[in-house]
Amino acid sequence: MAFTFAAFCYMLALLLTAALIFFAIWHIIAFDELKTDYKNPIDQCNTLNPLVLPEYLIHVFFCVMFLCAAEWLTLGLNMPLLAYHVWRYTSRPVMSGPGLYDPTTIMNADVLAYCQKEGWCKLAFYLLSFFYYLYGYVIISPVSPLRVCSNN
Amino acid sequence: MFLTLFLESSIPPSADMTKQAPPFGYGYPSMQPASPMTDSSPSHGRYNQTGYQHLSQPFPNMSQLSAALGGLSGVPELEVEALRPVNLLQERNLLPHRPLDAPEPNLNADLKKANCSPDTFRCTLTNIPQTQALLNKARLPLGLLLHPFRDLAQLPVITSSTIVRCRSCRTYINPFVSFLDQRRWKCNLCYRVNDVPDEFMYNPVTRSYGEPHKRPEVQNSTVEFIASSDYMLRPPQPAVYLFVLDVSHNAMDAGYLDVFCQTLLENLDKIPGDTRTRVGFITFNSTIHFYNLHESLSQPQMLVVSDIDDIFIPTHDSLLVNLKESRELVRVLLTSLPAMFSQTRETHSALGPALQAAYKLMTSTGGRVSVFQTQLPTLGAGLLQSREDPNQRSSTKGVQHLGPATDFYKKLALDCSGQQIAVDLFLLSSQYSDLASLACVSKYSAGSIFYYPSLHHVHNPAQLDKFQKDLERYLTRKIGFEAVMRIRCTKGLSIHTFHGNFFVRSTDLLSLANVNPDSGFAVQMSIEESMADTSLACFQAALLYTSSKGKRRIRVHTLCLPVVSQLSDVYAGADVQAITCLLANMAIDRSISSSLSDARDALVNAVVDSLSAYKNTVSNLQQSGLIAPAALCLFPLYVLALLKQKALRTGTSTKLDERVFAMCEFKSQPLQQIMRTVHPDLYRLDTMSDQGALHLNDCIVPQPHLLHLTAEKLTREGAFLMDCGSVFYLWIGKCCNDMFIRDVLGCPNHASIPPNMTQIPELETPLSERLRALLAWLQDSRTFSSTLHVVKDDASAKTSFFQHLVEDRSESAFSYYEFLLHIQQQMSK
Repeated sequence: MAFTFAAFCYMLALLLTAALIFFAIWHIIAFDELKTDYKNPIDQCNTLNPLVLPEYLIHVFFCVMFLCAAEWLTLGLNMPLLAYHVWRYTSRPVMSGPGLYDPTTIMNADVLAYCQKEGWCKLAFYLLSFFYYLYGYVIISPVSPLRVCSNN
Repeated sequence: MFLTLFLESSIPPSADMTKQAPPFGYGYPSMQPASPMTDSSPSHGRYNQTGYQHLSQPFPNMSQLSAALGGLSGVPELEVEALRPVNLLQERNLLPHRPLDAPEPNLNADLKKANCSPDTFRCTLTNIPQTQALLNKARLPLGLLLHPFRDLAQLPVITSSTIVRCRSCRTYINPFVSFLDQRRWKCNLCYRVNDVPDEFMYNPVTRSYGEPHKRPEVQNSTVEFIASSDYMLRPPQPAVYLFVLDVSHNAMDAGYLDVFCQTLLENLDKIPGDTRTRVGFITFNSTIHFYNLHESLSQPQMLVVSDIDDIFIPTHDSLLVNLKESRELVRVLLTSLPAMFSQTRETHSALGPALQAAYKLMTSTGGRVSVFQTQLPTLGAGLLQSREDPNQRSSTKGVQHLGPATDFYKKLALDCSGQQIAVDLFLLSSQYSDLASLACVSKYSAGSIFYYPSLHHVHNPAQLDKFQKDLERYLTRKIGFEAVMRIRCTKGLSIHTFHGNFFVRSTDLLSLANVNPDSGFAVQMSIEESMADTSLACFQAALLYTSSKGKRRIRVHTLCLPVVSQLSDVYAGADVQAITCLLANMAIDRSISSSLSDARDALVNAVVDSLSAYKNTVSNLQQSGLIAPAALCLFPLYVLALLKQKALRTGTSTKLDERVFAMCEFKSQPLQQIMRTVHPDLYRLDTMSDQGALHLNDCIVPQPHLLHLTAEKLTREGAFLMDCGSVFYLWIGKCCNDMFIRDVLGCPNHASIPPNMTQIPELETPLSERLRALLAWLQDSRTFSSTLHVVKDDASAKTSFFQHLVEDRSESAFSYYEFLLHIQQQMSK
C-alpha cells in the first residue's frame, strides 16, 4: 500500500481537475446567461472575475507537482495550457482587481463568442485530462490490479 | 433640356396612388421592382452631379439594368448613374457642386415619403444584401449611424393610452407593417400576425373609424409616444444638475470660473426643467467643498471636507436644492464664487474624491454631473501620472497610452450609470492630463466630453469665447434622463458591435443615463440568416427617456431599405459618407485594442478590398487605371482624409490629449459633423455669384461650389472659406482684390489685416452681407457655435489651415494621387 509520490500527484490532480471542470461549466453557463439577457454584465463579471486566478493557480499547482514527480509527459501536455493562461492574463484589460472580464467590453459579440468558445474548449480539455489522470493513476499506482496481474 | 426631364420625372407619376388609401386585403405596397413608375434613377442623379453630362434613361430595376450591362459592356449611355465606372486616376473633379446628400433608397414613392430622415438614421448600404456571403463579396461594412435625439422641427406626439406593439418581438407599430385586413397587422421585423386593438381603430386626427393605417403612428416613421407607468421602474425623476468645479491655483489662473458663473447666471432660467429642478455645486482643490443652499439661510454656507480618503456627505439635505426655492442663494453663490478662490495657493487636484462625493450626493435621484477640470488629478483615489513622452509625438512607429491607465474612472462611470447619473467632462488644461483615463468617466455613463486646450482668459481669449458659447448651448439644450435605447432589425439581421457613449446592458439594450441632441451612435450588423423571402429590411430605434419636465416618453424611428440579391445593386446603394464614419469608429476601436498602425492598415485594406471586389466581379471593363463605381468614387479620398486626421495620423507632431479627444469625437458626434471634420468644405468667396442662391427671410444666401482640398485650387488673387465643422478658416490670398478686403473685412489692404482676426465686421456692402448670410446659414446647420479665423500669413492658423488640404502631400503622408497609385499597387498583388 505504499503510494509513490507520482501516484499521489495523479490522484490529487484528478480531484483538482474535477474542480476545474466545475469552473469551466460555470463559465459556459455564465456566458450563456449574458447572451440571453438573463443577467447584466456588471453582476456577471463580479461573479466571474474572482474565479479566474484560483483556476489558473490550481493548474499551476499541479504542473509544479508533476515537475517534482518527474512526470515529463504529463507536464508536457499541460505546458500549452499554462502558456495560454499566462498570455491571457498578461493581455487582460486594465483592471485594479483580479480577473479577465470587463463589463464594458464583454457584451461585444466577438468578445462574447470568444469567451464561449474558450469555455467549451477548456471543458473538453479538462474532461480529457480527467480521464488521462485516472488512467495514469491506475497505471502508476503500485496497488494497481494491472501491475499485480502482470507480476503473475 | 435634360434639366426639365429630371424635374418631370421627379414628380412621381404614382402621386395619385399615395392620396388614396390602399383597400383592405391589400398589404402596404412593398417595393414593386417591375413597376415603370419607380423613379430610381433621377434620385440617384441628385446624388452625384459631377460633370456627368449624359442623360440616363430611368431604368425600372437595377438588376435588370446590370443584366443589360453585362451583355452590353462598354456602352456608356445606358449606364445607371451610381454604377457608372469612374477611373479615379483620370477624373480629377469628383466632388459634387454642393455638399453631398444622402443616397435615396430604391423604394417606391409611398415608402420613400414615409421613410425615416437620413439625418436621423442612415445605413452604410442602402441596398441590403440578401446573405452574409453576398455582403462578404462586396467587402463593405454593414452598419447604421443614428442620431436619435436630434432637435426636430416637427415631431408627431401620440398621447393614446394603448401603444401598439408586436406581441413577440415588441416592435412598435410603424409605417412599414402590412395590414392583412382591418383587424390584423403583420409585424415587419418578425412577421408575426397581431391583432389591432379596438382603441386603435379610431383615428383621433381624422375622426374616422375603421382605418387604422391612417393613424399618425402608421403614417410617420419618427414618432414620440407618451409612455404609461408600465414603462417606468420608478416615478420619473426631476432634473438634477450638479456642477463640480476645479478651484486649484491652475484653474483660477486660467480664469474659466468667471465665465462659467456669468454664463450660468444668465441662463439659470433657460435650463431645461420644471418646478422640481434641483441644482448643487461642489468645488475642489486638495479638499472638497460643499455648499449649503437651504432657502432659510441668508447666504450660502460652505462646508469643507478634507478627509479625501474617506469621503462623506456633511449634511443630507440642502446640498442639492430646489432651484425655484433657493434661486437667490444660488445667484449669490455664483456671483461670489470666483472671488472666493482668487487668492488660492492650492495646486493639487483631488478629482477622484470629488467624483465620489458627487456620486454619493446624486445616487438617490440620478441626473447630470458637469465636471470642470484644468489639470492632471494629483491627489486621492484615481490619481494619474503623466504618461506622455513629448519626444514621441511625431513617432511613426506607434502611439502608446491610448487606453486608460486605471479602471477607477470606468468603475465609477458604471456605478453612475447604474444610478442614472451621467458625467460630462470639460477639460480645460494646458498640460497633459491623461484624457485617455479621464474620458472613461463620460464614455460609459453616457456623458459628453469637451476639451479646450490651453484655455486662458488672457493668453487665449478665442478659446474662452468658444467655451462660453458652447457652455450656453450645453446648459440650455434639451435633455432626457434615465434613458434606454433598443435597436431592432428584421429577422435575419443582428447587431454585434455598438459605438458611442453608453453602457451596453444586454445584447441589444443600451443604457444611457442622459440623452442629449448632440450625440450620435453607430452600430455594426451582420446577416445571420438569408433574407431571400423578403424584399424589405426594416430597422427600428426606440429611445425611452424621461423628459426634463418629468414625462416618460418613447421616441421611435423606423427605417426601411430594400433587400437585393445582386452584387452590383449592393455597390449602387453604397453610402460613402456612412461607410467612412463607420470605418472611423472601427479604426478607433482597433487602435485602442490593438495598435494605431494596425488600424491604419485596416483602413487602407478596406479601400483596396472593396475596389478589388468591384473590379473582379461587377466591372466588365478591362481598362488600366483605378476603376470605382460612381457611388464609391469619393471613398479613397475620404479614407485618405481619415488617415490624416489628428486621431489617426502618424509622423506629424500630435499631442496625446488632442489625439484622444479627436478619437472621442469620432465615436460620439453625428455623421454630418464627422464628415465636415474629415473632409472640410472649401469655397471660393471672391467669385461668389447669386446663381443658385437661396432666398430666406429677405436674405440672399449664396451657394458657392465646393472645391477640392488642394493648394492647386487656392490662388493668390482669391479669398477662400474652409468649413471644418467646429472652426471656419477664411484664407485671404496675398494679391486678393483690395475692394474685397475693404468691403468684407473693413481693412484697406492685405497688409493691414490684423493677425488674429476672429470676427467679420458688419459692413453695409453687398459682399459683406452675402458673406455674413452664408456664414450664418452654415452656422445654423450645426448646434455648437464654430469659431472663425481669418488667415493671411499668420503662422499658427496657417499650418492648421494647410493641414486640412488632404489631397496634398505632407511630410509624412501621401498625396491623393500617390495614395491612388498605392491602392492600385496593392490591388495588383
